[in-house]
Amino acid sequence: MAPTAAANDKNLKGNMATIKIPPVLRPAVGGEREISADGENVGEILRAVVEEHPSTSAQLFGSDGDLNRYVNVYLNDEDVRVLDGLDTTVGTGDTLVILPAMAGGAL
Amino acid sequence: MATDLRNKPCGGRYGDIIEAIGHTPLIELKRLSPKPGVRLWVKLESRNPTGSVKDRVARSLILDAEDKGLIRPGQTILEPTSGNTGISLAMICARKGYRLKVVMPDNVTPERTELLRMYGAEIVYSEGSKGSNGAVELALDMAAKDSAYYMPYQYGNEANPNAHYNGTALEILEELDEVSAFVAGLGTGGTLMGNGRRLKEELGDKVKIVAAEPMQGEPVQGLRSLDDGFIPPIIDIGLLDRKIFVTNEDAIVWTRKLLDEEQLFVGVSTGAIARVAVRIAGELDEGNVVFIAADDGSKYFSSGIYTRPIEEIENLDSTVWW
Repeated sequence: MAPTAAANDKNLKGNMATIKIPPVLRPAVGGEREISADGENVGEILRAVVEEHPSTSAQLFGSDGDLNRYVNVYLNDEDVRVLDGLDTTVGTGDTLVILPAMAGGAL
Repeated sequence: MATDLRNKPCGGRYGDIIEAIGHTPLIELKRLSPKPGVRLWVKLESRNPTGSVKDRVARSLILDAEDKGLIRPGQTILEPTSGNTGISLAMICARKGYRLKVVMPDNVTPERTELLRMYGAEIVYSEGSKGSNGAVELALDMAAKDSAYYMPYQYGNEANPNAHYNGTALEILEELDEVSAFVAGLGTGGTLMGNGRRLKEELGDKVKIVAAEPMQGEPVQGLRSLDDGFIPPIIDIGLLDRKIFVTNEDAIVWTRKLLDEEQLFVGVSTGAIARVAVRIAGELDEGNVVFIAADDGSKYFSSGIYTRPIEEIENLDSTVWW
């Protein structure tokens, strides 16, 4: 059960991905709702974001270098934590969506 | 007179309404199944006494507290909930002689308030812009300041997943010998953890446990910092094979699709869950895909989602739908 064809294409390198930024993180990226960054996998892309916008670092990553536990990152619409985490391959045309971990609703 | 009666003649005989919780029907959705070899089934949890899957959880939380001697008649039970758990607790507490105070966001649909009041619960509203996180935060604060409250805390109480481990999952296994995928909504995590554990234990890793989660609209993502986020303590993400978000708009589109194509009248979360279940079914060649219909649509009438065009639905992104 593969997430997307693009996500599984190991031959793709250095793709420009679109990253959707939640309201809570927008002040750290100059108010943008959407930014772009280059990388082969989720980790590379997020580190490129941090390089461009250093104040996102403490929000996106924990002190161990892994994703902040309250940050969910989705490749298109699938949580990368249940894929390959920061090593999840990102293909051309893919979007990363960053969302805060929130309590569930009525369920 | 019924002939060729393949199913049980009735849902069973019970001593009272609390005992009648569970034993819900499993219904095949032939029109929505994307492939002939893949059978799509919905476990219709709206057929519980108060109309949602949370009857199972509320009963388990209260029985667990009684077994452990943590509550006594007349005591006030306090719980953060955006609706269904509160309604289920309200019915059970009324029946068993406990008082109930629920903390819920002020932007849930008005039917929830009516149902809670109907069963005699007291409501404390939390700031809607903080979503369910705000309700959890306020309830934890109230409980810390007053030890007279007993808070079952469905987000961190193993009695929540155990309701499914010892109930819902066994009912599914009684009807189906094989399950390729189980799909449910991710809220507290109770449905996914309890069913997921039991199904993996019985069927092994061939059953995929799939979470559908709400992509809350931006107006209810009112966190000051990502560190104000919340992960229910009962969730073990390692049990999930897939975790897919669904937007409010897609959830409503699929809620309507269930109504139009399968004549199922269900709540918005079920639309989202069905969308994910059909996608997973499309990735398989054969097998059974089971998903949970968490509640029916009666709590969403006032929003007009069943009859109005989607572009006319108000507060699409500022409502906590599920």
